[in-house]
Amino acid sequence: MAAGFKTVEPMEYYRRFLKENCRPDGRELGEFRTTTVNIGSISTADGSALVKLGNTTVVCGVKAEFAAPPSDAPDKGYVVPNVDLPPLCSSRFRSGPPGEEAQVASQFIADVIENSQIIQKEDLCISSGKLAWVLYCDLICLDYDGNILDACTFALLAALKNVQLPEVTINEDTALAEVNLKKKSYLSIRTHPVATSFAVFDDTLLIVDPTGEEEHLATGTLTIVMDEEGRLCCLHKPGGSGLTGAKLQDCMSRAVTRHKEVKKLMDEVINSMKPK
Amino acid sequence: MEGPMRADAKVCSEGGTESSPRGPGCSLRHFACEQNLLSRPDGSASFLQGDTSVLAGVYGPAEVKVSKEIFNKATLEVILRPKIGLPGVAEKSRERLIRNTCEAVVLGALHPRTSITVVLQVVSDAGSLLACCLNAACMALVDAGVPMRALFCGVTCALDSDGTLVLDPTVKQEKEARAVLTFALDSVERKLLMSTTKGLYSDAELQQCLAAAQAASQHVFRFYRESLQRRYSKS
Repeated sequence: MAAGFKTVEPMEYYRRFLKENCRPDGRELGEFRTTTVNIGSISTADGSALVKLGNTTVVCGVKAEFAAPPSDAPDKGYVVPNVDLPPLCSSRFRSGPPGEEAQVASQFIADVIENSQIIQKEDLCISSGKLAWVLYCDLICLDYDGNILDACTFALLAALKNVQLPEVTINEDTALAEVNLKKKSYLSIRTHPVATSFAVFDDTLLIVDPTGEEEHLATGTLTIVMDEEGRLCCLHKPGGSGLTGAKLQDCMSRAVTRHKEVKKLMDEVINSMKPK
Repeated sequence: MEGPMRADAKVCSEGGTESSPRGPGCSLRHFACEQNLLSRPDGSASFLQGDTSVLAGVYGPAEVKVSKEIFNKATLEVILRPKIGLPGVAEKSRERLIRNTCEAVVLGALHPRTSITVVLQVVSDAGSLLACCLNAACMALVDAGVPMRALFCGVTCALDSDGTLVLDPTVKQEKEARAVLTFALDSVERKLLMSTTKGLYSDAELQQCLAAAQAASQHVFRFYRESLQRRYSKS
């Protein structure tokens, strides 16, 4: 009976739950799904992380390679993110060139890296003007159930914390780079940007961490990326229903709480990996 | 046959002649708008903000491909072409922002199973490009007669390293700024429709920029109203 009603009138079905201040999966309006993170599972990558936000699963792999630094910034390296939404994760994606959703997500991650200064690009330079590291961050979604941006940001952060770069010295005689794989060091991560996404319903109600169905029914979305000092790296609101300044304030406070939750989880995981 | 109608406005000039007094640096550049300048699209507009210029054309409501049709509302599509080169990932991201903003105001339910296409061509970029694209898109939608529940406008704010706010920054101001925030606001209640930001800033600075953008949007909406009044009163 309920399944039939849900198919015919999905919006009405949802409103019944929202009136009671809860959602079909039993969560409250401000509650996130269970977040799990697994670090360092991909041995062929220099750094990796797997993040699960309820059913949404994103895996991030970071590979480091050599490149010549850009001519207009000879002491900087590169961080190149790429988000891939393969047909595996959801029936709405087809195989072929990246669709709009994947491109928008890639641009979002690139903006977060740029704005939050998570890594100083100067740290990636080995020899000014000649050699620098380029970090290719590949984020692949394995299961799409909404809130892909939060999962990607968390996976990226966790993977970058896991990256170990070998020591590189330039041999003066041969002018070639010598890589010492036995001596590896972690990257210095300056800030910890954490994303919190909201969906707007009926122009008034804001719910946190929307699932795939909720995103489909929502009239607007909002993503806030905050670092540990409460500074905003990104306020991404791609159209949709209007929001007043007061509603934005509520979202900010929720984002601050979420940042604490995520930081705690990440510190737990990193600490559990340390004694090797 | 009415030809293209021009409307110019020097809003909040450095001399501070019109409107409410604002802080130093809180002024919008000269803007100008020309409508109905292209013959093929159903609606077209060219919007100039200082030296930034964007040309917009709207086709619709028109036939839609069966794969893209939505049964109960119009399918909106936005195409943004940069001045040089092929459109890339950054353009796709901006197209998504502009499209979602238009979808929030266009009454798509009045034209189900049709498509409304907005094509934007960047003619020159001298700062505040996204805001200029939004303004051009709104004027073109009005020129095409697409039913909308409100008008929208784009405003850009730049925050420099000591926290001073500059509205409608030039390319130089954007490069030197610590953060650049672009907002799209609606005309009915000045609510925030779209926002995209670059750089680091605090919550208090965000509220300050939003308030300044809401004040600036009044001028933009007044300019829209005046330019349309001028256009329809002559014919």
